[in-house]
Amino acid sequence: MYKKLLVFATIFILAGIFLKLYQNFDGSKTLNKTASYYAKNGASEVGSTNIVTAIVVTYRGFDTLGEVTILFVAAAIIGFFLKTNAKGTNRIRNLRFSSEIMITASKILMPIMFLIGAYVFVNGHLSPGGGFQGGAIIASGVAFFLLANPTLSVNHKVLSVLESTSGLIFVLLGIAGLIYGGGFLDNRVLPLGKFGTLFSAGIIPLVYSFIGLKVGAELSNIISSLQQIQKEE
Amino acid sequence: MIFNLLAILLGISTIVFALVAIYTKKLIFAILATGGVSLFASILYLLMAAPDVALTEAAIGSGLTTLIFLFILNKIKEEDV
Amino acid sequence: MEYIGLITGFILVILGIWGFLTQKNILKMIIGFTISDTGINVIIVSISYLKNRTAPILNRPDLLTDTVNKITDPVPQALVLTAIVIGVGVTALMLSYALRLYQEKNTLDINNFKDLKW
Repeated sequence: MYKKLLVFATIFILAGIFLKLYQNFDGSKTLNKTASYYAKNGASEVGSTNIVTAIVVTYRGFDTLGEVTILFVAAAIIGFFLKTNAKGTNRIRNLRFSSEIMITASKILMPIMFLIGAYVFVNGHLSPGGGFQGGAIIASGVAFFLLANPTLSVNHKVLSVLESTSGLIFVLLGIAGLIYGGGFLDNRVLPLGKFGTLFSAGIIPLVYSFIGLKVGAELSNIISSLQQIQKEE
Repeated sequence: MIFNLLAILLGISTIVFALVAIYTKKLIFAILATGGVSLFASILYLLMAAPDVALTEAAIGSGLTTLIFLFILNKIKEEDV
Repeated sequence: MEYIGLITGFILVILGIWGFLTQKNILKMIIGFTISDTGINVIIVSISYLKNRTAPILNRPDLLTDTVNKITDPVPQALVLTAIVIGVGVTALMLSYALRLYQEKNTLDINNFKDLKW
């Protein structure tokens, strides 16, 4: 009873704060100073059609590095927590086989899903999308494959090599920006190229591709650890 | 005008799905309703001129999160009943 | 539009917090966290929305001149992009902890975990 009262009090205080915020909110009519700088100079300085990509990869590239690190740490802890116990103590469960439709569809659809993922992260500076979305689509393809073939498993060594190599190349490209460009992760290492084409915006397509590979490997790692524990008794 | 109407509809269905997710007894319905909340929210992002965020929410929030929940639920259910 | 997004986001946050304060099942509590996460993202995006403007993608030539008055705010969108990706990592982490707790005590009811109660 006492606890329920506290819960109600918390909710009411929160609702009061939100009501006050809502009453004082009048949608802004113009961009603020930072945003208008990005809008004004994004196209000429970075050369990326998608301003959000320009902010994520170049202007705020350091944040992205931290974010990828957080995802890596989460994947590592999940792998540690869900690791199978010592060999021999666990009986292997007999898993039900997937249906014919699922197996056939996975053979046809998996390459297409990988292709869409690669398309999304290579075109990150031209269209909506980018490394995180493309990586998630690739991880969904891996999950689909694992659902269709429950007895198989993904090779963790390949995933970790792919993950650490892409992370290393991401940092090395950033340091190249420090040497040849204006600062860490500056994209003017390569020429900016023609605005709106695939090979433009300096190193943004390269950086976003490696972010995509890294995120895809990390999410696939999480999914394959979760699939691994389905097998043990 | 039509977009405002669509946004109101999406907002109402998001809230209804959230209520279902919290109050339903069966865990599997709750998990699927959480995926529905993310899906409707992603369309709401698209209406609010944020296609990047919409794509991320649809691929990650609605796809992968539901999948991870279902993997864990499968592991818990089989030992439970 | 921005008011609709704002109201939806506020209600989602309140529902999520209500969910994880009142539910007994740990999986239901994690679902509450996920819902309030979505609500906060909806609030941030609806604050960044400006009326009668287009998305921050300059794929038409007429957007290149006077860009400042034609696109919505791109900075909160970049923030939300980051938040969603971190959200899935945190959710997966919480779920794996929940699975470990279940294997320890064979139950998911929060009332049975009293080791830290005083």
